[in-house]
Amino acid sequence: MNLDAKIPSGPIQEKWDKHRFEMKLVNPANKRKFDVIVVGTGLAGASAAASLAELGYNVEAFCFNDSARRAHSIAAQGGINAAKNYPNDGDSIERLFYDTVKGGDFRAREANVYRLAQVSSAIIDQCVAQGVPFAREYGGLLDNRSFGGAQVSRTFYARGQTGQQLLLGAYGALMRQVGLGTVKMHVRTEMLDVVVVDGRARGIVVRDLTTGEIRSHAADAVVLATGGYANVFYLSTNAKACNVTAGERAYKRGAAFANPCFTPIHPTCIPRSGDYQSKLTLMSESLRNDGRGWVPKIRGDRRSPAQIPESERDYYLERKYPSYGNLAPRDISSRAAKEACDDGRGVGPGGYGVYLDFADAIGRLGQNVIAERYGNLFEMYERITGENPYQVPMRIYPAPHYAMGGLWVDYNLMSTIEGLHVLGEANFSDHGANRLGASALMQGLADGYFIIPYTIGHYFASNKLGKVKTDHAEFKRVEAEVRERIKRLTTANGKRTPDSFHRELGKIVWEKCGMARNEKGLKEALQQIPALREEFWKNLKLTGHSDDYNAVLEHAGRVADFLEFAELLCLDALMRTESCGGHFREESQMADGEAKRDDAGFSHATVWEYAGADKAPLLNKEPLTFETVKLAVRSYK
Amino acid sequence: MKLTLRIWRQKNPRERGAFVTFPLADVSEHMSFLEMLDVLNESLIDKGQEPVAFDHDCREGICGACSLMINGYPHGPLPATTTCQLHMRHFKDGDVITVEPWRARAFPVLKDCVTDRSALDRIMQAGGFVSVRTGGTPDANALPIRKKEADLSMDAAACIGCGACVAACKNASAMLFVAAKVGQFAHLPQGQAERKERVRRMTGQMDKEGFGNCTNTYDCEGACPKQINRRFIAEMNRDFICAELTE
Ligand SMILES: Cc1cc2nc3c(=O)[nH]c(=O)nc-3n(C[C@H](O)[C@H](O)[C@H](O)COP(=O)(O)OP(=O)(O)OC[C@H]3O[C@@H](n4cnc5c(N)ncnc54)[C@H](O)[C@@H]3O)c2cc1C
Ligand code: FES
Repeated sequence: MNLDAKIPSGPIQEKWDKHRFEMKLVNPANKRKFDVIVVGTGLAGASAAASLAELGYNVEAFCFNDSARRAHSIAAQGGINAAKNYPNDGDSIERLFYDTVKGGDFRAREANVYRLAQVSSAIIDQCVAQGVPFAREYGGLLDNRSFGGAQVSRTFYARGQTGQQLLLGAYGALMRQVGLGTVKMHVRTEMLDVVVVDGRARGIVVRDLTTGEIRSHAADAVVLATGGYANVFYLSTNAKACNVTAGERAYKRGAAFANPCFTPIHPTCIPRSGDYQSKLTLMSESLRNDGRGWVPKIRGDRRSPAQIPESERDYYLERKYPSYGNLAPRDISSRAAKEACDDGRGVGPGGYGVYLDFADAIGRLGQNVIAERYGNLFEMYERITGENPYQVPMRIYPAPHYAMGGLWVDYNLMSTIEGLHVLGEANFSDHGANRLGASALMQGLADGYFIIPYTIGHYFASNKLGKVKTDHAEFKRVEAEVRERIKRLTTANGKRTPDSFHRELGKIVWEKCGMARNEKGLKEALQQIPALREEFWKNLKLTGHSDDYNAVLEHAGRVADFLEFAELLCLDALMRTESCGGHFREESQMADGEAKRDDAGFSHATVWEYAGADKAPLLNKEPLTFETVKLAVRSYK
Repeated sequence: MKLTLRIWRQKNPRERGAFVTFPLADVSEHMSFLEMLDVLNESLIDKGQEPVAFDHDCREGICGACSLMINGYPHGPLPATTTCQLHMRHFKDGDVITVEPWRARAFPVLKDCVTDRSALDRIMQAGGFVSVRTGGTPDANALPIRKKEADLSMDAAACIGCGACVAACKNASAMLFVAAKVGQFAHLPQGQAERKERVRRMTGQMDKEGFGNCTNTYDCEGACPKQINRRFIAEMNRDFICAELTE
């Protein structure tokens, strides 16, 4: 596979400007002759669809939610980064660029990250102009907060609802275009395949989730902004419907998948309370500033926390990492919690939880100060668990919540299928092996507002694209395949629900390819997943009909794709024998438990190419060259 | 605990629906309401019956997808709580719980407890935005905004668009929803240029969609999981009258 990242030549500071000048333009009067399909209306998709329509392109946008405003982006809490340097604390494009490359443990493409830092400021300007109510200071100017992995305050926020407010801004812009007739919006519509004609993406096949109708839509280019795949673990902080279907289908049609094993784990989530648990809720990491993590010293100690005397408590982070204590980096604290629980010293129902205790902080600072700092989080915790964290220690446990891996894209955000562009969390581009907090929102909006509007025009202007309609034989062929697959799902006539398969898959992936991975476990997973997949197709039980609203069928289709994707995830984790960022191979660690990178062996993105059913995928490598940043050991000491 | 669920079942928008009773045992108090329904649904599939359809996604109280009328209250009896954040510890052994969809002419039932709320999107299309294009905007700090006004704007912007206000209102009015969006922009300088057009267009679309009129009973405020304040309705009424008088 020829992986040309199309990185412009010249100094890194000038690449994007130079590229913008060199890219070809589409004459304003001709833009309306081009049709663009945008799948997904999260931050990346909504911003792209609105911006492309403003330019004059004909846009059709799709989402499976009942409204574009309900995309998973809505749930982001913390904030969005930008190199504005408003606090005058030394921030700059260079620094945001450097922090992102370093945070990603030197596994991202320099040129893309630099561009991201360059456009970050314009995102904030854009959002403010749209009326996004960011937090402000008394003087009327914007407020900033700090976030992990940075020594400057560059995070803009809107209370604890930053994702919601940014998405509503982009959704407003999108609704404006829908009202003007430049975007046709299809809600409750799920893309089930990409149609490739003569090597170019020319449309999609969808299922109308209300009527069950299978339809084709043709266009001159397709944009996927379909989010991340953390729900492969079943329990994650993602919304229930997040899935990998769009990515997996595109992969099978020739779009290469990069770095699937880069999945970060968030250390502070509310642990599961029983087998019925349907998702996990994230609690802001800021809690670790005042909470002390501990577990009982004795295995299987079932006493209530108050009855466990100080001498029988193990403040495991303070013990193992005395200099960092409770503020040890995300991955280290996550793994330490897992180790304690695997050792039988976990707390709460099921034994997979550790205490985060605020008693000391409350004693030292008073309840009022703690309430001021974390009041809304404490309330949320109490709502879910029924326990008052001012009185009993919180219980927390790590959980998956993001995907750095995704479809491979070049500098123009185009995948290895010509004309198929991928934005936001669905692509692999900017975060390397680990994403810094508040950088996903930035990337989604950068892709949608400020990158794709330029690069898609270049694609149209540099290629002769004849019109293709949905009566083309290839559309009919793909439609038939989609129908056949749905038929297979509905006629399996087995005994197990899609949810039970999803849970079992999640358990395998979480145990063998979660926080810590090793060769033995990954090899086991690579045996178990295909076996489970085989059982799925034989023993699946569905109800209802395919030509009707049918949530069970929807879920079954997504689980089927997770079952295939999970194998690629584990394979990628097995190939990458180094540890880096969110990918921790137990065989590759320093004496203090820090991840040990292998720059000589793995300074590349692993880019997987589909080779056909029942064939091992082909491994390609995109070498990462660092011209601007010097490779260094990622240390936060 | 053991519960008896009376749930609205309706095949599609055309056929009539009815309540169906399901007994459910072994409900844990730690479950969320939707997890309780998940358990019911898994057992229905096992028996070869169609599960109860309901909208949901984030399960964190922010996406606005979940929308169940529980014992006559939108999102159930707990204040400031969406259905997905309601936990079973607020019910007790032996309870009979009635679950039905939002009831409003503008929200036709698609199946069981799933309704079509696209009318809210169409109201937004009529004016729920500031008409700026991508690019060419001034520096974000070029426009200082009084903190108090920015905070009020954020109070209004917290609306999750679930439609509980409509479901709670005896007239099925969407006033609180519309007022929240109008209010968000009315408190910001960015919203001033289109202030009059916005309120006229959005309320005009609201009427077209078949939502009822507001008679100031404020059940909407009580039902709102984000506690959007009714003051925004009063402010919108004033804006509307000003716009009508001056245009
Ligand atoms: C709890 C939580 C908190 C977070 N907090 C932060 C934060 O504070 N700061 C930060 O920067 N990041 C945060 N993130 C990460 C960030 O929210 C996401 O990475 C980002 O919003 C993803 O945006 P997106 O547009 O790429 O995709 P999404 O918002 O996931 O949107 C995906 C869209 O694609 C559609 N779609 C998907 N598949 C299909 C299909 N097959 N057919 C049709 N439509 C489809 C969906 O309907 C949806 O519209 C957080 C994530 C979580 C889980
Ligand atoms: S499921 Fe999102 S608000 Fe309830």
